[in-house]
Amino acid sequence: MKKLMSGNAAAGEAAVLAGCTCYFGYPITPQNELTEYMAKRVPEAGGVFIQSESEIAAINMVLGASVAGARAMTSSSGPGISLKQEGISYLAADELPAVILNMVRGGPGMGNISPAQSDYLQATRGGGHGDYRTIVLAPSSVQEIADLMPLAFDLAEKYRNPVVVLGDGMLGQMMEPVEFDHIKKPEPVAKDYILTGAKGRPSRMVRSLIFDVKEQEEHNWKLARKFQRIEQNEVRYETHLVDDAELVVIAYGTAARIAKGAIARLRQEGLKVGMIRPITLWPFPTKIIQETSKTIHDFFVFEMSAGQLVEDVKLSLEGKGRVHFYGRPGGVIPTPVELFRIISRHCYQIQRVKKS
Amino acid sequence: MKKVYSRPKSLKPAHFHYCPGCGHSIVNRLIAEVIDEMNLGDKIICVAPAGCGMLIYNYFDVDCLESAHGRGAAVATGIKRVRPDNLVVSYQGDGDLAAIGTAESFHAANRGENITIIFVNNGVYGMTGGQMAPTTILDQVTTTTPVGRISEKAGHPVRMCEVLAVLDGTSYLERVAVHKPAAIVATKKALVKAFQHQMNKTGFSMVEILSPCPTNWKMDPLQACKWVEDVMSKQFPIGLVKEVQC
Amino acid sequence: MLTKTIFSGFGGQGVLSMGYTLATAAMLEGKHVTYFPSYGVEVRGGTANCTVAVSDEEIASPVASEPEFVVAMNQPSFARFQSILQSGGLIFVNSSIVDVSSARGDIEIVAVPTSELAERIGTIKVANMIMLGAFIRLSNIISYDFMVKNLTDILGEGKAKLIKINKEALDLGYKYVRE
Repeated sequence: MKKLMSGNAAAGEAAVLAGCTCYFGYPITPQNELTEYMAKRVPEAGGVFIQSESEIAAINMVLGASVAGARAMTSSSGPGISLKQEGISYLAADELPAVILNMVRGGPGMGNISPAQSDYLQATRGGGHGDYRTIVLAPSSVQEIADLMPLAFDLAEKYRNPVVVLGDGMLGQMMEPVEFDHIKKPEPVAKDYILTGAKGRPSRMVRSLIFDVKEQEEHNWKLARKFQRIEQNEVRYETHLVDDAELVVIAYGTAARIAKGAIARLRQEGLKVGMIRPITLWPFPTKIIQETSKTIHDFFVFEMSAGQLVEDVKLSLEGKGRVHFYGRPGGVIPTPVELFRIISRHCYQIQRVKKS
Repeated sequence: MKKVYSRPKSLKPAHFHYCPGCGHSIVNRLIAEVIDEMNLGDKIICVAPAGCGMLIYNYFDVDCLESAHGRGAAVATGIKRVRPDNLVVSYQGDGDLAAIGTAESFHAANRGENITIIFVNNGVYGMTGGQMAPTTILDQVTTTTPVGRISEKAGHPVRMCEVLAVLDGTSYLERVAVHKPAAIVATKKALVKAFQHQMNKTGFSMVEILSPCPTNWKMDPLQACKWVEDVMSKQFPIGLVKEVQC
Repeated sequence: MLTKTIFSGFGGQGVLSMGYTLATAAMLEGKHVTYFPSYGVEVRGGTANCTVAVSDEEIASPVASEPEFVVAMNQPSFARFQSILQSGGLIFVNSSIVDVSSARGDIEIVAVPTSELAERIGTIKVANMIMLGAFIRLSNIISYDFMVKNLTDILGEGKAKLIKINKEALDLGYKYVRE
């Protein structure tokens, strides 16, 4: 049955249903409803909830719970995510699964609590120190938050790597109808890397300090090969009206749903505009963008930042095609009408250039 | 011939990397003996710090995790909450526990987490080359207090057992040392007690161990032991600081 | 069709619950719906608002820059949100405490004296539901009969004891705007 729920609460419910038994978090707007939801829900389900003394403590508690074998998560927003980067780097180095949810707010610094997409580069480039990546999932509705949380835990365990779910204040605060019936509790899997006390087996160690430079290099190559596998296997995206399009919008999350609204109006005006919506921001859907560029010349990147996603689009196109850009940073939510006007202007310009 | 002394089962057949006269090797050995004697080898999960103690996973033949600098109490919390029947021990130095990790240590203690911290206090950052630690005593010369620690500029040495004693979550706090045989015997007893407290789920336990660091103190091992006795233990009084009923 | 409504007023006047109730009813009717509250520091200042979008199709943005409807339960909300109401839009005003003499000329005003009406029921707490009854009648976003029939599901288990009084309040508002 459908329930009207906020993105924050839906993320919590989906996580619990997907077998998350440990939640550690620290208050920060606009994701407090998730922490509050978990404070009630996780103990009910027999799990562990701790309001930690800091974001740093929270991510390290996640690491502890993960190394002990549990499905663990934390959540925060911009400034708090910056503090968690230390722990995320250790999780990646130790090859431990974890899910980190970021309900992005307007930054940098303290910024504001309004929705923004300003943490794109931080999320997709690893974010902390060292040579690593995190898988980044970007939902664009409350239902999709509920759909992607279980996937986040599955991928984290499959690749033994932290997974970031990147939302924003709007997705966290907004309520939409959502259902959870499809979420199945995961089968218990044997993990041969966790610490349980060395009973009936040799002792194990989990560490990231490797003095021997050759050994460190091999460890880094091992991680790099894993990231390559992820790039090959885990790209996810949605295409919308691309087949006959003359211009393709590339947008994710909140920006993508705004773009969808704009595209509906553009189509009414007879302007052939489609969209590619990355669902995994890393690995980035490079291939589909490259393939699309064989027949379509113009790409329009729309994001709620001053230009971060646009870098990945340009990298994917490798100089082919033309990249148009519209971004609004600082926590402003652009409207579908605003975007409709801007894209239509670009469309008419493209048509004029084609004619001449 | 009767064997009266041998390598504890919980110690791997590896050579310690510690400097001559360093207290860490004695502490490592004592922990291993206690693990064996209390039969905890298959129950213990050890958390290693950043600092001189970080390589304990090369010595202890038990499950070990290496923590980020200062986060021992937080990762130990995560482990213990998932596995309440295991013995979770975080091994930490003074900079790790009482500078960069103060918040984690303080709040794990305040929550009364059923974990044990073994806190090796040698008054300096050893691994990084002898800089001032939160427990460096006044007038002590280090590489970052070249004319000695001056309170007006660098604050005062922190007595962590006493700081944590005021928290209701702490169950057992004792300060011991490893600079002479009688003190070593007392240290072993304190470790046993701390583990008992954890297994009985009475709350947070910590053993603070005053430990010589001849290399960074620029002393020979005997002078260092004497310094623990004459100077360090005046700043950090040896003995039981707090114990609730176990 | 997509319609967006901003519910606004003092914290404590039940404006968020008005929006939530409408959104839940619309969801149960099978419509697409979003509910977006003002959050964080904004709600600490004593005023609260939320935006409800209801549509037969997917909703692009839950934000209303030009809402079709506004419900203003106090003076500051009236001042703030009448200015962004669509030309020709409808604004529901709690006329017990709101002075509408500064209203724009290109909008329609529905005055509902919620305090006086609430006195008939005996508690000011239902003023929001009275307003909602009036709103549903004139906005035509959802079916009033459906809402009344499913009020227990809409308000949730926590308010099971309050169904009767809420129904009474909705009815009062609904009938008031007919009179």
